[in-house]
Amino acid sequence: MLSRHANNLYWMSRQIERAENTARLLDITHQMSLLPYRVIDAAQSWAEPWALPLVINGLASDFYKKHSSAPNADSVLRFMIIDHTNPSSIYSLVQAARENGRSMRGVMTTEMYEDLNTLWLELSSRCQYALNNDGLNDLFEWIKTRSHQFRGVTFGTMLRDEAHQFIQLGAYMERADNTARLLDVKYHTLLPSTAEIGGAVDYYQWSALLRSVSALSSYRRIYRDVIIPIRVSELLILRPDLPRSLHACMNTIYEILSQLCTDEKKEAERIAGEMHAQLHYGQIDQIISDGLHEYLLSFLKKLYTLHDEINQHFLAPNTNYADNSLFLHQRLPRAA
Amino acid sequence: MTTATKPYDEMQSADGAIRQHYLAHRDWLIAKPDDFLIQKQKEANALYTKQGITFAVYGEDSGTERSIPFDIIPRIIRPQAWKTISEGCCQRVRALNAFIKDIYHEHNIIRAGVIPGDQIFQHPAYRPEMSGVKVPGDIYVHIAGVDIVKTDTNQFYVLEDNLRTPSGVSYMLENRKMMMRLFPDLFGRFPVAPIDHYTDVLLDNLRAVAPSNNGQPTVVLMSPGAYNSAYFEHAFLAQQMGIELVEGQDLFVSNKFVYMRTTHGPQKVDVIYRRIDDDFLDPEAFRRDSVIGVPGLFAAYCAGNVTLANAIGTGIADDKSTYLYVPEMIRFYLGEEPILNNVPTYRLSIASDLAYALAHLPELVVKEVQGSGGYGMLVGPTSTAAQIADFRERILANPSKYIAQPTLSLSTCPTFLNNQLVPRHVDLRPYVLSGRETTLVPGGLTRVALTEGSLVVNSSQGGGTKDTWILEGTSC
Repeated sequence: MLSRHANNLYWMSRQIERAENTARLLDITHQMSLLPYRVIDAAQSWAEPWALPLVINGLASDFYKKHSSAPNADSVLRFMIIDHTNPSSIYSLVQAARENGRSMRGVMTTEMYEDLNTLWLELSSRCQYALNNDGLNDLFEWIKTRSHQFRGVTFGTMLRDEAHQFIQLGAYMERADNTARLLDVKYHTLLPSTAEIGGAVDYYQWSALLRSVSALSSYRRIYRDVIIPIRVSELLILRPDLPRSLHACMNTIYEILSQLCTDEKKEAERIAGEMHAQLHYGQIDQIISDGLHEYLLSFLKKLYTLHDEINQHFLAPNTNYADNSLFLHQRLPRAA
Repeated sequence: MTTATKPYDEMQSADGAIRQHYLAHRDWLIAKPDDFLIQKQKEANALYTKQGITFAVYGEDSGTERSIPFDIIPRIIRPQAWKTISEGCCQRVRALNAFIKDIYHEHNIIRAGVIPGDQIFQHPAYRPEMSGVKVPGDIYVHIAGVDIVKTDTNQFYVLEDNLRTPSGVSYMLENRKMMMRLFPDLFGRFPVAPIDHYTDVLLDNLRAVAPSNNGQPTVVLMSPGAYNSAYFEHAFLAQQMGIELVEGQDLFVSNKFVYMRTTHGPQKVDVIYRRIDDDFLDPEAFRRDSVIGVPGLFAAYCAGNVTLANAIGTGIADDKSTYLYVPEMIRFYLGEEPILNNVPTYRLSIASDLAYALAHLPELVVKEVQGSGGYGMLVGPTSTAAQIADFRERILANPSKYIAQPTLSLSTCPTFLNNQLVPRHVDLRPYVLSGRETTLVPGGLTRVALTEGSLVVNSSQGGGTKDTWILEGTSC
C-alpha cells in the first residue's frame, strides 16, 4: 500500500487510542481528586492530582505557557479536553484522527469512516455540555465506548490486509507508550511517603491506576490479594494475558512487524523482537531491583527508536509527509 | 426565447395535467401521510452528514465543508428523451475527441477553413507541448461531463462540454443509493435503469488505455489532496474501483517511468486518472510553483510510459469560445448532423456581436470565456439594473473575455422546499466514458437551482441535486 496511507492509518489509530487513554487518565484523576490528599514534600507539589495528566503526557510546559496559576480541575480539564491549541487535547486528537481518516476513505470501510465521522461531529457539543453541566463521567464513558466501538467496527468489517496491520500497529504502539508512562509516573512520584505505603490513600491510588487501564478486576482474579505495587508492576509489564500490559502490546507489535518485514527491512522486526524477548523472559524481581523507573525509561526509549524505524521504512521513506510526529514532541519521560 | 413565458415543467403540462411518466409517483405520494416527505428529507440530510458526503466551499473559512443539498423528488426521464440525450452526447464526445487529436497533429479542420487557426493556436488552453504526442488509442477525453438543459419536449441544448476533470458523478451514484434507501417501494413502481456499474465501466476503460498490454496495468486516481473541494468524490471513486488514491507526493519518476511509494518499495504506475488541472501536473513542464504535481511526469507521458486520463490539453475543446464550432466539428469529422442543439452564442470580441449584446443585456446570459462553476456570469433577466450596469463596465473593459447567449428557458422539476413541492430550474450532466468505446450509463447528475426563478444550478452557488431516473423500455 501507499506509504502515505500507511502513515495516515497508523496515526489515525494512535490518535484514537490516545484520546481514549486521555479520557481514562482524566477520569481516574477526577476520581482521585475527590480523595483526601496532602502534599508532604513541597518539592513534589507538581505531583498534585491535577498536575499528573500534564506530567504524564509531557505537557506541563505547554500548559504553563497558557496558564499562570497552578493546575486545577477546571483549567486542566479544559486544556486536556477541548483546548484547540493543545495538540494532545481530546478535541485535537479526534480532529486529527478524523482528518487522517478522511483522506483514507478509500481504504477504510464505510462503517469505519461513518463511525469516526460521527464521533467527530458529536464531540464538540458533548465536551461543552460535560464541562458546563458536571457531566464528566458520562463524557469519559462515552469516549471510551466510542473508541471501543471504532475498534469493534474495524475488527468486524475491515479486510485483514496491510492497512489493517498498520491500524493495529498504531494502536498497540500508543497503548504500550501509555501504559509505560502511567506506571512510571505513578510508581515513582505518587507514593506520598514510605510511611503511608499500604495506607488508604496508597491503596486508592494503586487501584485507580489499575482501573484506568481496566485491570482492577483482572488483578483480583489473578492475585486474589491486596493491591501491592510490585504485583501491579508485574501485571502491567509482564503478564501476556492483560490486553494493556507491555508484554501483550509487544506480542502484537512483534507479530505484525514480522509479517510486514518481508524484504531487507528487518531492523524494525529486530528491535521489536528484542523488546519482546525481554518482556517474555523478564522477571519482576529483577526489574524492581534494577530500578523500575530505569526499566520503563529504557523501554520508552526503545519504543521511540522502534517508531523511528517504522517511520523511515514504511510510513515516510525519503519524504516529508504531514508531520504527525508533532504528537510525539516532548513525550520522552522526565528524568528521575 | 426568454423567461417571460412560463417555463416547460417536466411533471406538469401547461394546462396543469400531470404528465404520464410522473403519474405513478403522484399516486404513490398521495397515499403517504402528510409529513412523509418532511421526515424523509430530514432522514436524507442526516444520512448525508453522517456519511461525510460534503464538498468544500472556496472563499469561506478554509476547511469549511457542506453537504450538498439533496432533493428527494426524483427527476424522471422517458426512454425516447434519453435516447436523444445519450446518442447526442456520444456523438459530441466522438467529434470533440477527433478535434483534439486533429489540432495536436494534422490540423485538417484548420486547413479546411472550418475553424480559424488563430482561434486555436493563440488560445491559452492550447498546449503546444502536446503537438505530435501520441496517446493510447487516440483517446483524449476518457471522461466527459456534458451539461444539457431541456426547454421543451425533446428540445435539448448543450450548455457546456466539460472535458478536463468533470466532477459530480459521485453525487449521481450516492443520490441513487439514497433514494433506494429512502423509498425502496418506489423502485417497484418504476423501471428505473441502474447506474451502479458506472465505476466498473470507468475502470474497464482506464485499463484499456494502458500504455502496453502487459496484462494487469496499475491504475491510480490522482487527487490534489484532502482540501480539494471534490475530495470526497476522488476518495469515493478510488474506493469503488479498488484503486489507490494518490497525491503528487506519492509518485515519482525514474527513467521516464512513474512509480508510487509503497510500504513494499516503488511500484510502477501505468494509468493515472487525474483530478488535477494540466497546469499543476508537473512543475518541470508547466507551472513551476506547483507543489501537488510530479516532476518529470510530462516526460514520462511523452515517452508513452504512462497514460493520463483525461489527456493533457483537452481544455482547448471545452472552452466557451471553441464551443460554437462543435456543430461544425460533428459535420466535419463524423459527417453527421448534430443531434443536440448548441445555444446560439455571441462572441464579444466581434464588434457586431458586442454591439448586439450591449443592447440586449437584460435578455442575455453573459459568461467569462475562461470561467466555470457559475462564477463571473450575468443572468440578464434575473439581475438588477445596477448589476447589469456594473457588468457592462466589465465587458467594455475587456470584451474578448466574454461570450453572450440568449437566456434559455430551462425546464423546471418539482422540488421539495419549505415543506411543499415547487417548480425549480434544472440541468443535467451525463458522464460519457471512452476507452474501449464511447458509452454512458443511463443517468446523470441533475442539478437544481433552489432559489425561485434562478437559472444558476452550480453547487458552489447554492444549487442542489436530484436523483435522475431514466425509465427503461419503450412505453410512456
